[in-house]
Amino acid sequence: MFPTDLKYTKDHEWLRQDGGEVLVGITDFAQRQLGDVVFVELPEIGRTLKQGESFGTIESVKAVSELYSPVSGEIVAVNRQLDTHPEAVNKTPHETWMIRLKPSAPDESVSLLDASAYGALVQ
Amino acid sequence: MTSSTPTELRKTPLHAVHVASGARMVEFAGWNMPVEYSGITDEHMAVRTRAGLFDVSHMGEIEVAGADALSFVQWITTNDASRLSIGQAQYSALTTPEGTFVDDVLVYRLADEHYLLVVNAGNVAKAWAWIKSQAAAEGGDVALVNASARYALIAVQGPEAANIAQQLTTVDLAGIKYYWFATGEVASVRATISRTGYTGEDGFELFVPPAEASRVWRALIDAGKSVDIRPCGLGARDTLRLEACMRLSGSDMDEHTTVLEAGLGWLIGWKKDRFVGDAPLRAQKAGGPTRKLVAFEMTERAIARHGYPVMSNGAPCGVVTSGTQTPFLKKAIGFAMVPMELTGVGTRLDIDVRGRSCRAMVVAEPFYKRPR
Repeated sequence: MFPTDLKYTKDHEWLRQDGGEVLVGITDFAQRQLGDVVFVELPEIGRTLKQGESFGTIESVKAVSELYSPVSGEIVAVNRQLDTHPEAVNKTPHETWMIRLKPSAPDESVSLLDASAYGALVQ
Repeated sequence: MTSSTPTELRKTPLHAVHVASGARMVEFAGWNMPVEYSGITDEHMAVRTRAGLFDVSHMGEIEVAGADALSFVQWITTNDASRLSIGQAQYSALTTPEGTFVDDVLVYRLADEHYLLVVNAGNVAKAWAWIKSQAAAEGGDVALVNASARYALIAVQGPEAANIAQQLTTVDLAGIKYYWFATGEVASVRATISRTGYTGEDGFELFVPPAEASRVWRALIDAGKSVDIRPCGLGARDTLRLEACMRLSGSDMDEHTTVLEAGLGWLIGWKKDRFVGDAPLRAQKAGGPTRKLVAFEMTERAIARHGYPVMSNGAPCGVVTSGTQTPFLKKAIGFAMVPMELTGVGTRLDIDVRGRSCRAMVVAEPFYKRPR
């Protein structure tokens, strides 16, 4: 159910390696828990994040949740399409990235979950 | 994000139907209830444009009967129940001696000396204890029954609701006016058919025996197939009622909110001699309340939610009591309790949205009114 080319956090974010950079989004499990997403608040480009640090918020009709960075790094891009199409998070959660990071501590991704471990976590 | 469900939660007679239909279940007021089926937006739009079906069996029903039933209902609720004909219902407030809310209620006049009060699920125990204590203090010929377990309650709501329900009954639904009710069979099940609801749309609430609830539910789903009826959860119920500017007891008002502060002065029968809390309410009416619930719309991109402070000169002066992004109007709206000087339509409100000051504006009620 969860793509095997992604890494996952216990807070339900995913991370995709893309060259020397990484993309970050939230999992299908997370979007199901949230329900209809209506607002994604994204950070400034250039900001530096530590692993586990909040980089924004995601709001559904009924709730608001923090977004946490799976690894440390500098934000090199944010997905501005989410300003007008936040529902993409519900429709294609594992393709809809939120931030692109240049990792500053590549070793950190070792601590992330693989698809089967994450799948077991949300069983 | 937890998905565990304590086993001690109460279940409505439709619980198995919800689970079998794949509804997402949550705890609400001690009940295991569906929060959404196909998604809040989809369900909300179905009710605004076609029809939706709700299980509201968790609501409480308290019956009041006897020669002194009317005078007792007049005592415990603020509205003038003497204006009710048999077969008519009214929205009212069950008040404390301070003129604040025990709960908001619907009062149905079932027969000459027989009334039914419908109270909120989370307040059944409190309302029941309060009403019993008032009956003991007042005396008179009044019999009380907490009949909550005797009824399942199903709401069919939306512009197609009447067409759908009419397929299942010989009762002429067009003859039931808004806030009136009739008894008859729906899907061959004895029902009280009430033209009421909590969505801002036309529709009915059906009181049926618990054992027959799933039969009525399935019949309504089948009858509504041609218009793509949606089973709906508590999530859409909340966004629909807020868009229609209907208050949520326990969120928008409670034991610390007077009926006037809640903006529900029209629920008060001022010509009545006496009712619980009438003295403080009359005094507050004469002097004017110092704060009031207002409807607001965000004027910048943010969603204000329950509990967020309304700020004035850097200090909290009020609070958001309900707030969401509404699927039909596609706006961030809500209710806030604010000082009187901030209640005028067009007044700017500054709301603290998780540390960020965001602008909103007081608007006229309701946000949404259905086309007629």
